[in-house]
Amino acid sequence: MNKVIDAVQSDAGVQQALETALQQEFKEEWKDIAPLLSVRELNKFYAPGKGCGDINFDLYPGEVLGIVGESGSGKSTLLSCLSARLTPDSGNVIYNSERFGEMDLYACEESMRRVLMRSEWGIVHQHARDGLRMNVSAGANIGERLMAVGERHYGDIRAKAEEWLTAVEIDTGRIDDRPSQFSGGMQQRLQIARNLVTHPKLIFMDEPTGGLDVSVQAKLLDLLRNLVSRLGLSVIIVTHDLAVARLLAHRLMVMRRGQVVETGLTDQVLDDPQHPYTQLLVSSILQN
Amino acid sequence: MSTATGYNFAYLDEQSKRMIRRAILKGVAIPGYQVPFGGREMPLPHGWGTGGMQVTASVIGEADKLKVIDQGADDTTNAVSIRRFFAHTAGVETTEQTAEATLIQTRHRIPERPLQADQILIYQVPIPEPLRFIEPRESETRKMHALSEYGAMQVKLYEDVARFGHIATSYDYPVMVNNRYMMDPSPIPKFDNPKMSMMPALQLFGAGFEKRIYAVPPFTQVESLDFDDHPFEVQSWDEACAICGSDHSFLDEVITDDNGSKMFVCSDTDYCRERVDQGFVGTAADLSTSEQETEQ
Ligand SMILES: Nc1ncnc2c1ncn2[C@@H]1O[C@H](COP(=O)(O)OP(=O)(O)O)[C@@H](O)[C@H]1O
Ligand SMILES: [Mg+2]
Ligand SMILES: [Zn+2]
Repeated sequence: MNKVIDAVQSDAGVQQALETALQQEFKEEWKDIAPLLSVRELNKFYAPGKGCGDINFDLYPGEVLGIVGESGSGKSTLLSCLSARLTPDSGNVIYNSERFGEMDLYACEESMRRVLMRSEWGIVHQHARDGLRMNVSAGANIGERLMAVGERHYGDIRAKAEEWLTAVEIDTGRIDDRPSQFSGGMQQRLQIARNLVTHPKLIFMDEPTGGLDVSVQAKLLDLLRNLVSRLGLSVIIVTHDLAVARLLAHRLMVMRRGQVVETGLTDQVLDDPQHPYTQLLVSSILQN
Repeated sequence: MSTATGYNFAYLDEQSKRMIRRAILKGVAIPGYQVPFGGREMPLPHGWGTGGMQVTASVIGEADKLKVIDQGADDTTNAVSIRRFFAHTAGVETTEQTAEATLIQTRHRIPERPLQADQILIYQVPIPEPLRFIEPRESETRKMHALSEYGAMQVKLYEDVARFGHIATSYDYPVMVNNRYMMDPSPIPKFDNPKMSMMPALQLFGAGFEKRIYAVPPFTQVESLDFDDHPFEVQSWDEACAICGSDHSFLDEVITDDNGSKMFVCSDTDYCRERVDQGFVGTAADLSTSEQETEQ
């Protein structure tokens, strides 16, 4: 009997040891993965209820975070604060930069923020005219970021521009045309190519499919989804369209009047919403 | 001091001159940086080089000898007016000879004869901001200069090569001064750009309309932008100057008769004359001699 107990005990001991070892290994593995972006106690209000507040979250490498909520809920304000374009009233945004290491976006030099914007980050604006230079060719639009980071070989710049036009499904024959000659959907795709050419790690998008026809939207979403998974991009995407969020985001943050009311995995939030406001949002999409 | 004409010396009041000199000193201290200044009105319309004139008025002294050129020539209306203006208001000597001048105010050219350490070259500048074409917001271009964000400037050259197969920009060709500031050299031909680099003379730039002064101190490096696979090149001609035979100066095409016959001659008229005086001749030597004879 003692033998049996011993055996069981030692078995349990082995089990224990194994588990501890496994956990240790697991921890070792995860220890290396620091959040790409950490947001703490972020506040930015234009007026009570207008802006965003009490924002806390971490974004891990390769994650696609959707920020959803009705119009006026503070999504764009938050995205601007996260992407170093709008100084918050209080709070911190810590970014883990390839080049600069861990940096507090609003405590560092502006020059560093601007380096990020043209190298490690991409920003896709809702209105293409805010994100493109409308008076120079598509090739120059894509090439600009390369030239901004020191590329000085015309042939190489042009070859990369062609490569990225192809990647966003724009005929390379259009390389010397100006964006003003492009359709809305093409302009958005050009904006994406212009951003991706320097291989950014983190992309911020504000309603990238807004204002496009449904069929054009579908094509753009499909392209975005492929690019994001192929390139392993981390993305923060703002949208009021839950269908867009469902298709692209791993995780959702639901905003209402500047506050986050619910967060979770996309399927959980959309299929089993906990907060009454999210339930309302989800049911209104179901009605459509 | 004032002259017999009742104007203050060189027209501008002493306080304005001091203010402009301060801007010049700052410009010299930060090569290529555009210094804003409280521009004064000059009795000539903008576009006639009022920025250059204010700089000239602020640095000119009684002992100076002034030369004024416009596209290389001393005898255009613009050049003659400015020269007369300073002869009248400052009582200084004027000259057409580059070698003799201590101050040279210029529009669109750098003299062919290499300038010396005791000379000052003053450029008239229409648009001082090289980044303006790509970025209309002044607040943003200032930031771009402050942070040396000059990638957008390369876009201009990219568009040239995309459209024409080579860098077609031939005037107003952007330069980097002292490896730090992007500068508009004013609408000189790119032929003159290499002359700006390591020049022994002080180079001052005055933009009257936008009220900016900038400078390239003596012996400062000035580099023209380019691509590795499309290097910077200056204009060249198959012809030599028809008057003096020069094969190394910037040439203008001139129509010589009603039948549309044309020839190429030095744009720098003083340089051409100097060479003719030294005995150099071009293919049109007979023509120019006969012209001179009929004039006399
Ligand atoms: N620059 C601003 N000045 C004042 N109020 C603003 C400004 N930008 C946004 N707001 C207000 O802040 C609230 C949130 O706006 P926004 O972040 O754009 O929301 P969303 O992107 O979710 O539609 C809105 O009430 C909006 O009117
Ligand atoms: Mg918005
Ligand atoms: Zn000649």
